[in-house]
Amino acid sequence: MTVYLDHAATTPVLPTAVAALADALARPGNPSSLHASGRAARRTVEEARERLAASLGARPSEVVLTSGGTEADNLAVEGLFRARRAVDARRRRVLVSAVEHHAVLDPAAWLAAHEGAEAVLLPVDASGVLDLDALHDELAAHADEVALVSVMWANNEVGALQPLADVVAAAHAQGIPVHADAVQAVGQVPVDFGASGLDAMTVTAHKLGGPVGVGALLARRGLALEPVLHGGGQERGVRSGTLSAPLAAAFAVAAEAAVAGRSSYAARVGALRDRLVAGVLGTVPGATLRGPDAARRLPANAHLTFAGCEGDSLLYLLDAAGVEVSTGSACQAGVPQPSHVLLAMGIREDDARGALRFSFGHTSTDDDVDRVLEVLPGVVERARAAGLVATHSVAHAVAHA
Amino acid sequence: MRVLAALSGGVDSAVAAARAVDAGHEVVGVHMALSRSRAQFRTGSRGCCSIEDAGDARRAADRLGIPFYVWDLSERFEDTVVADFLAEYAAGRTPNPCVRCNEHIKFATLLDKAIALGFDAVCTGHYARVVARDDGTRELHRAADAAKDQSYVLAVMGPQRLARALFPLGDAPSKAATRAEAVARGLSIAAKPDSYDICFVADGDTQGFLRSRLGDRPGEIVDASGEVVGHHDGAYAYTVGQRRGLALGRPAADGKPRYVLSIEPVANRVVVGSADELAVGGLVGERAVWFGAAPAAGTRCAAQVRAHGTPVPVVVERADDELVVALDDGASLRGVAAGQSVVLYDGTRVLGQATVRACLPVAVPA
Repeated sequence: MTVYLDHAATTPVLPTAVAALADALARPGNPSSLHASGRAARRTVEEARERLAASLGARPSEVVLTSGGTEADNLAVEGLFRARRAVDARRRRVLVSAVEHHAVLDPAAWLAAHEGAEAVLLPVDASGVLDLDALHDELAAHADEVALVSVMWANNEVGALQPLADVVAAAHAQGIPVHADAVQAVGQVPVDFGASGLDAMTVTAHKLGGPVGVGALLARRGLALEPVLHGGGQERGVRSGTLSAPLAAAFAVAAEAAVAGRSSYAARVGALRDRLVAGVLGTVPGATLRGPDAARRLPANAHLTFAGCEGDSLLYLLDAAGVEVSTGSACQAGVPQPSHVLLAMGIREDDARGALRFSFGHTSTDDDVDRVLEVLPGVVERARAAGLVATHSVAHAVAHA
Repeated sequence: MRVLAALSGGVDSAVAAARAVDAGHEVVGVHMALSRSRAQFRTGSRGCCSIEDAGDARRAADRLGIPFYVWDLSERFEDTVVADFLAEYAAGRTPNPCVRCNEHIKFATLLDKAIALGFDAVCTGHYARVVARDDGTRELHRAADAAKDQSYVLAVMGPQRLARALFPLGDAPSKAATRAEAVARGLSIAAKPDSYDICFVADGDTQGFLRSRLGDRPGEIVDASGEVVGHHDGAYAYTVGQRRGLALGRPAADGKPRYVLSIEPVANRVVVGSADELAVGGLVGERAVWFGAAPAAGTRCAAQVRAHGTPVPVVVERADDELVVALDDGASLRGVAAGQSVVLYDGTRVLGQATVRACLPVAVPA
């Protein structure tokens, strides 16, 4: 039996969302068409938009449907930067936390490389939580030059919840818009766009039981946002492209379910997570829990490093034992790199290499935790031996070179 | 057996892995990321370095239905193979990076890590045969297809590591047959071109790579008498036996073409001379490895000094940590550089391998 503990990568689609998707897929119609089929498709999209908005504390008109989280993040960072800079050429600083997802970091870096932006990485503490003093210092020194601030609601690797209320207050005091990537937060912690004071917020379907391929940027009414995709002028002209009624419908069903069931779900996966962490720390030598304490952490997230181990060895051995987890870090051509999140937390590169993220979801059970606790001690022991071999063989090779 | 199949993204390693699966082994595919600049996409992919190669390897594993991982060995590769390549050229020697990769990466780091993780053997797409003898020892032999034989670059691994190596293509009749097998197995990389260049020299420009990493080091080109006959921008750009590209200002006194005879790294000089002066009477090798007992003095066998070179008959004078061989009567060998690998063969069987440290002069008839 496979133990799937990588729900933060993607989580199985809820049966109700599959049904909504299949139902809408069977009906023809482009939501932009004016005939009866088009009107029916548009009604599906707009009802989905209303349900999404209601679930997330937003107005329907604030929901800009996208292809997913990455597109929404790109739209927020690039769209806000260009709109703000067009009004005031001094506003070239893009403030992002050092632990953002690459969907935020890379557009900021791209703007710096190609459009004269200055990407400012705001530091985090050892648990991965934003250093608010650094934000205040930055705003005190450069408020007139800041285009936007983007700080995620919850970190995807170590689960750290960020102090968004403080970020919003500090930025708004200077008239600076704030974006938050909330793809990991929805369904795990209360997320209310209106109450948060955020100007823009990214959500995606496949992290909460909906299908891959649809997400949204919630954008406050009146927010100036330059489009990234140009074309037919859908979504207030901010995001062109034919709207997918089936994906929107399935997204809405999943989001509604995730938000409605959040409280009991969080308690359930939180208990599983706590049992896993306690078990691992009690049985596996050299295991260290990374990230903040439970009160400031996503309930479904556990992140541990194993001294002397390579993440790819751990991943292989667990996979062979039927346990599916993640190193939690970005991959290029499948090559695990030391995580920028862990490095930003001040963790040494050697320690960062031996990282595993366990993320729970709606299909997780106590049996999953039992199985991990059964196999992990042996896996870590073996991975550690392989790590030592690798170190030894390089010493051997250099002696010969 | 639990077998780790090294998948480069090319045809040979994919078919080798497929054969290992057919043989009933539990096979896991691993692509080694060796290049520091992984982002590179290359046209006409040349081997184990690009994202395209990693993707091809992944698709081969998909097709075979085996697990697949990418292991980042780029740091180790840079510290051993690339560093050795640069240091050897800087020292006036001629390295073979494929030999060093087999020595330090494929049958060292990769194999050791595989064993530690519970694998029994590493499988590669090399063309060479492993023959098990009745007493349990294993011999390394030339491949069935002499044109594809790669025993020369494998000999460096020695007998212990050979015991953990699997070369399923050793009896493949030809590369064409391997390609045909890839087609029959539905492997999408069946038509991928062979790799010939040095994998970490992205554009195939070895001289440019050396210049970028070692810098210009101008010096003199002299003849055997010490007379300056030209200048160079870096002695590392020259190889013993090289004729083209010397750009000497004036012809030799005898009007015959001139070749690089030796590199003098300390003086930063390149010595040139006639073809006759390239002739070698014997070889001295270091860091020798032997498959079984080292051959006794007086043993007649064949020595090969290049990947696809013709073996020449030699007589062993000494074989332990060092190797000394003299050319057998009537044999001739020209233009051997320090740093090259010398492999001794008895028929198809590899006796051992050493790295050339020096060449012996041709014996003057008494």
